[in-house]
Amino acid sequence: MLSKLKLSILIGSFLILAALPMVAESEMIDEPFYIDLMARVMIFSIAAMSLDFILGYGAMISFGHALYLGLGTYAVGIMAHYELTNGWMQLLVCISGTAFIAFILGLISLRTSGIYFIMITFALAQMFYFLGISLEAFGGDDGLPIDTRSEFFSFFDLNETWNMYYLILGTLVVTALVLWKIINSRFGMVVRGSHSNDARMQAIGFPTFKYRLAAFVIAGVVCGLAGFLLGNLTEFLTPEYMHWFRSGELMIMVMVGGMGTLFGPLFGAFAYLMMEDFLANFTEYWQFYFGPILILLVLFAKQGLWGMLPGKEDISDE
Amino acid sequence: MSEPLLKVEQLCKSFGGVVATDNLDFDVMPGEIHAVIGPNGAGKTTFVAQIAGMLKSDSGSITFDGNDIAGKTAPERSHMGLARSFQITSVFKNFTALENVALSIQAHAGHSFKFWKRASGDKTLIEPAQKILDDVGLGDKALNLAGNLAHGQQRQLEIAMALATSPKMLLLDEPTAGMGTEESEIMRKFLNDLKGDYSMLLIEHDMDTVFSLADRVTVLVYGRGIATGTPEEIRNNAEVRSAYLGEDE
Repeated sequence: MLSKLKLSILIGSFLILAALPMVAESEMIDEPFYIDLMARVMIFSIAAMSLDFILGYGAMISFGHALYLGLGTYAVGIMAHYELTNGWMQLLVCISGTAFIAFILGLISLRTSGIYFIMITFALAQMFYFLGISLEAFGGDDGLPIDTRSEFFSFFDLNETWNMYYLILGTLVVTALVLWKIINSRFGMVVRGSHSNDARMQAIGFPTFKYRLAAFVIAGVVCGLAGFLLGNLTEFLTPEYMHWFRSGELMIMVMVGGMGTLFGPLFGAFAYLMMEDFLANFTEYWQFYFGPILILLVLFAKQGLWGMLPGKEDISDE
Repeated sequence: MSEPLLKVEQLCKSFGGVVATDNLDFDVMPGEIHAVIGPNGAGKTTFVAQIAGMLKSDSGSITFDGNDIAGKTAPERSHMGLARSFQITSVFKNFTALENVALSIQAHAGHSFKFWKRASGDKTLIEPAQKILDDVGLGDKALNLAGNLAHGQQRQLEIAMALATSPKMLLLDEPTAGMGTEESEIMRKFLNDLKGDYSMLLIEHDMDTVFSLADRVTVLVYGRGIATGTPEEIRNNAEVRSAYLGEDE
């Protein structure tokens, strides 16, 4: 169970995000750029949360999770390329496509564990990255502009900055809520149990493989949704989102935010992207400075930023 | 005499050149406690893992409750009524004692593709779990994290989790491992109370426990059963004394 304080911080953060466009566009601040930046942060928050769902709760250390981010952008981009701009249809393709690929890749990779799982998810994602590069029809490694954003309702034009922003915020809030419910459901208990001791779970009668596979697919689909939003926001499709470097970034966001805390990665994504933005102002080699910060966090704050926030978390969930 | 509940015939398992289980015949009658003793490396844990389905046997048959279970997975065997406890305490340390037992009950309450309702608020899981904890004397520890319980209590919780699967038979891998004299005594009483309600295959190092609880004892040396009999017979068996108990005893 979340402590009241942590819950308030979370709700407060969502409220701040909800108010941000108005503040950013107000005459006093007048920095509409922040809207775009925070939209990006929220998209990566969704992706990082989905990774934490399997990494933090299910001990499935996927080193290829950004693949689904890329697949989501490809779903939007390819369909838009063929002038299929109906948002619902795109969403359906995105969800079923990422679910299918996650299912197949899960079938393969979940037979392994530990370092082998890390390596196999890494390798499989890289396969898709190189596939993306070789797809000349969709711009190869240069990528492809997405001319039209998804069309949902005539009164809800995604070309309006605010609409885009609030769609992303809405998705973030719903995703956070749904994943939280799942983690505490019977299904979630099985995934968490197999995290700490898979053999024991089997001994008490759980065929854990299919539950882990289902969790893997859920995480893939959620990350695919983030990709769907990312494609719409950036209006650009590129294999670069599937690169392992991006997967690594997602892992860092999870670690910085706090593994196995679900909401921590929201702050992890925020911190990481802000740090990137901030440090990159001073030096091209911003990662050089980011590295030590990361090491300190991993060494001294086991639950990352989430653990450092006030409000003691009752791990036992009541 | 009725049919044995568990019947193992000509069971074999080797790891590379090392024979861990060597043409082993073994059975447990309904309600009986059959203990397996043997020096370190005798293949006791391998044997339990084979019966529980964690390890695939090279050859031989395992019949449980009239069914051939050699090809069944560990979860399937659990659903047939075989419950295993582990030599190394393996309760879920980040869950409360109550959640640990509730998880066992959940495993036997239909599929778990239920994504919405909070599991820890689910009365159909929590109430029977609390009852089992009360039965084993851990009732007042229900809301403690399992990892914070004393070692002996964790071992008891371990068995409570096995009991929560409503088994026909318990596979107990060294229930008193790592326990002091006092804790062992409590565990012995606890198992004695269960005696008669469940059949048990008891792997044990502690001779007091074996000789006070077991109806029959099998001595395992290098994966081979060298003797089977009542505790009295085993105590007086010359071969056992030289192989295991030590001539000077």
